[in-house]
Amino acid sequence: MTGYILKRLLSAIPVLLGISVIVFAIMALIPGDPATAILGSYATPENVEKLNRDLGLDQGFVARYFIWLGNMLQGDFGRSFALNRPVLDEVLDRFGATLILAGSSFLLCSLLGIAAGVVSAARQYGLADKAITFAVLLGISIPSFFLGMMMILIFAVQLRWFPVSGMWPIYGDRNLPVLLDHLAMPAFALSVVATGVIARLARSAMLEVLRQDFIRTARAKGVNERRVIWRHALRAAMVSIIPILGIQAGFVLSGAVYIEMVFQWPGVGRMLVDAILKRDILLVQGGVVFIAACYVMFNILVDVAQALLDPRIKT
Amino acid sequence: MTAFLKLLARNRLALAGLVMIGIVVLLALLTPLLPLADPDVTRTADRFKPPFSEGALLGTDHLGRDLLSRLLWGTRLSLAMGLAAAIIAATLGSAIGIIAGYFGGRTDNIIMRGVDMLMAFPYILLALAIVAALGPGLMNALIAVAAVNVPFFARNIRGITVGIAHKEFIDAARLAGMRDREIILGEVLPNVLPVIVIAMSTTVGWMILETAGLSFLGLGSQPPQADLGSMLGEARSALITNPHTSIVPGAMILIIVMGINLLGDGIRDALDPRLKSGALSRPMAATTVDRQGAVPAARTDSLLDITGLQTEFRVRDRQYKAVGGVDLHVKKGACLGIIGESGSGKSVTALSVMGLVASPPGVITGGAVHFDGKDIVGAPYEVLRALRGRRVAYIFQDPLATLHPLYRVGDQLIEAIQSHESVPRSAARARAIDLLKSVRIPNAESRIDSYPYEMSGGMRQRVGIAMALANDPDVIIADEPTTALDVTVQAQILSVLSDLRRERGLAIIFITHDFGVVGQLCDSVAVMYAGRIVEQGPTGAVLRNPQHPYTSRLIDCVPTLGGGQRKLAAIPGLPPVVDNLPAGCAFAARCDKAQADCRAGQIDLLATGPDRRVRCLFPENVTEHSI
Repeated sequence: MTGYILKRLLSAIPVLLGISVIVFAIMALIPGDPATAILGSYATPENVEKLNRDLGLDQGFVARYFIWLGNMLQGDFGRSFALNRPVLDEVLDRFGATLILAGSSFLLCSLLGIAAGVVSAARQYGLADKAITFAVLLGISIPSFFLGMMMILIFAVQLRWFPVSGMWPIYGDRNLPVLLDHLAMPAFALSVVATGVIARLARSAMLEVLRQDFIRTARAKGVNERRVIWRHALRAAMVSIIPILGIQAGFVLSGAVYIEMVFQWPGVGRMLVDAILKRDILLVQGGVVFIAACYVMFNILVDVAQALLDPRIKT
Repeated sequence: MTAFLKLLARNRLALAGLVMIGIVVLLALLTPLLPLADPDVTRTADRFKPPFSEGALLGTDHLGRDLLSRLLWGTRLSLAMGLAAAIIAATLGSAIGIIAGYFGGRTDNIIMRGVDMLMAFPYILLALAIVAALGPGLMNALIAVAAVNVPFFARNIRGITVGIAHKEFIDAARLAGMRDREIILGEVLPNVLPVIVIAMSTTVGWMILETAGLSFLGLGSQPPQADLGSMLGEARSALITNPHTSIVPGAMILIIVMGINLLGDGIRDALDPRLKSGALSRPMAATTVDRQGAVPAARTDSLLDITGLQTEFRVRDRQYKAVGGVDLHVKKGACLGIIGESGSGKSVTALSVMGLVASPPGVITGGAVHFDGKDIVGAPYEVLRALRGRRVAYIFQDPLATLHPLYRVGDQLIEAIQSHESVPRSAARARAIDLLKSVRIPNAESRIDSYPYEMSGGMRQRVGIAMALANDPDVIIADEPTTALDVTVQAQILSVLSDLRRERGLAIIFITHDFGVVGQLCDSVAVMYAGRIVEQGPTGAVLRNPQHPYTSRLIDCVPTLGGGQRKLAAIPGLPPVVDNLPAGCAFAARCDKAQADCRAGQIDLLATGPDRRVRCLFPENVTEHSI
């Protein structure tokens, strides 16, 4: 297994390089002189020239890429102009909040989605199946940012169950119950679409598996039905559900952008939107590369989970 | 195509989606013609008018602009943006996909590597990066959304193109001297176009949502022009004081996306052949029982007594009578063979005993199965479960498919034991090892931790037998247990079964299509054809003097060593489909002795001697050999 993990880690290197090339190429799309674009049209010529030198813009495209890559590998993602601090520091400060939000959301959508899919398949065409199918349709159709706003309106303003926004109260203690109180609504709003997608795929994966011969064998042995569904069938269905979880993790991670805006969550997503509006290009570049890299790493975890689940995968 | 439209129309949800989308699109098209207020004229005196106020049906926003007008113009813009993004993404993506798929080789490799890279990004993040570079704005958001969806189309269309690029008509076009460009445009494109259109229809909802999302973040359409997303974004600051300004555009996005999703699901379902045939339904824990007529009483003192059993498959409005009234019984320690071609109903008969026929579509419609004197057809699930594996155990064909692929064989054996007895795991494991030894698996102590895929077919089937023996059952029903195995392994498995029967006094029902196997193992045999027994009797007698023409033809199908003179005869024709059986004898169409009488009325299974019965008007070998 260790060998397999190492192999997967090695195979991530070209992907990470590819990501850096893509991000770099996109940033090269910036129309006109990037330094002017970054500093704004009122920048003094000296500043523009200095930035051009800092960015290595007086050199060719390929050379510039390698300078940028080399700096990044040394932990230097550049400096944010709007915030006047190193990009990496800012991203790392913000990343914790995003990780809490996206992580809990991912947990929520995995558990809810799989459970809903299994129940739906086990009760195919029954009342529970119809109710779940309808809820799923609603869930995948509602924009998460609109759902978040409606939740604020109902559960925070009307019912006063949860705080309206933010991660911490402005005054007061910062402890786990307080965090959970603030986290509940954004995490749920972020998980709804992914829950729907996972539930759908889990349902069809379960239906596929429940028709297999080994399910009949389990029943012929006298294994009780609950165990047939939740052990035999779900275990086999997980082989096709886990890759979907990996894809949905990407949606949750990037969908956090909307939720962070709606709930004033101090994460990387909100930072990125602010940075784009302020044309803080280096901050955007660094943030995007960092999150994409995290996602690649997460997908390695998914592959490892898959290998642990399915002994037929050569490790 | 008409069938497809009909199916779509029958799907009420899809129809609802179509209506929803139809109305929204119609409104959007008519917007310039409607008597609406100017969407961009601000009137600060009329800020935040509530809905249904005079002159503003949906109220006004924070600048006093008419919300209804803004909603309709915004919808128009959002729909146009989503559609444009979908068309751009589909065109570029499909072009890339077709080129990669058509040319293959290195071109394909390089392109698909790039596509994979793009897909390694969390989606919205890539769109954000593009907007960051190009700057916020409607067109730039459109480009970003289109760009991040290109890989999706490229990958899907490439897959389809690869399938087409190796077809004969492409080779023919190439040999005819057509150039690549002509082939792609003239031959490949028309074939992938339907797929492109379907992929587009399923993604256009996403694109509308994503462009709206970017606008919501303030990165898409810029004021005063507004699409639904930016309307929602602007309304956010007044969410608490004036929620209607948020609800109006948000609800519209919901309606649009939901309509598209409903329609998309409907299209997908209409195109899925598996849904049409009902093949996607999952079998329930026990076969449905819908018994018409009286329940027959137990006739004999047999351990397992099947009386007048009828099982059918209901697929849409058709009924396939897989088992049409079967009588069988087996005593303790006896071995009964059931033989017939595939589709003769022998497996369904066997599975009906413990309610294991896949249901839906299977339904037991008549007869009784008495086990130990009690009728178990339609017994409560818990009663059936307690008998399954404990008193009546099954061995199935093809153990690679019938063992769970992801559990160690030992765990599957232990589970079989623990399903009926609460024994500690260590004791169950020790018993499992003994079981593996009893079916002559070498190194049982280490083999117990193997996965099914690590074993040979013969070993796997031994595990299947061990599992059936786990709870010392009274009856074992073996459904073609040796069919998937080669001859030497088959002989070993048969000798294992034969020994176990002698040692443990097991009753065995052995299902096969091979008379050779029946001859080795069974005391009596029942021959099935089209869901019914056509001949029954002691194995030796039936083999020596088959009375039904079908039986003798089946026996002729068995090759014998050293019997080089005999002609090996296959039976011409196929068994009839059981949804509409002809009157009279079901075998008449393939029988060379059939008379006019054979094709009319009901032909009964009649005794022709002690223990022998045949369902034939003109049985063979009767006068000479029977009393």
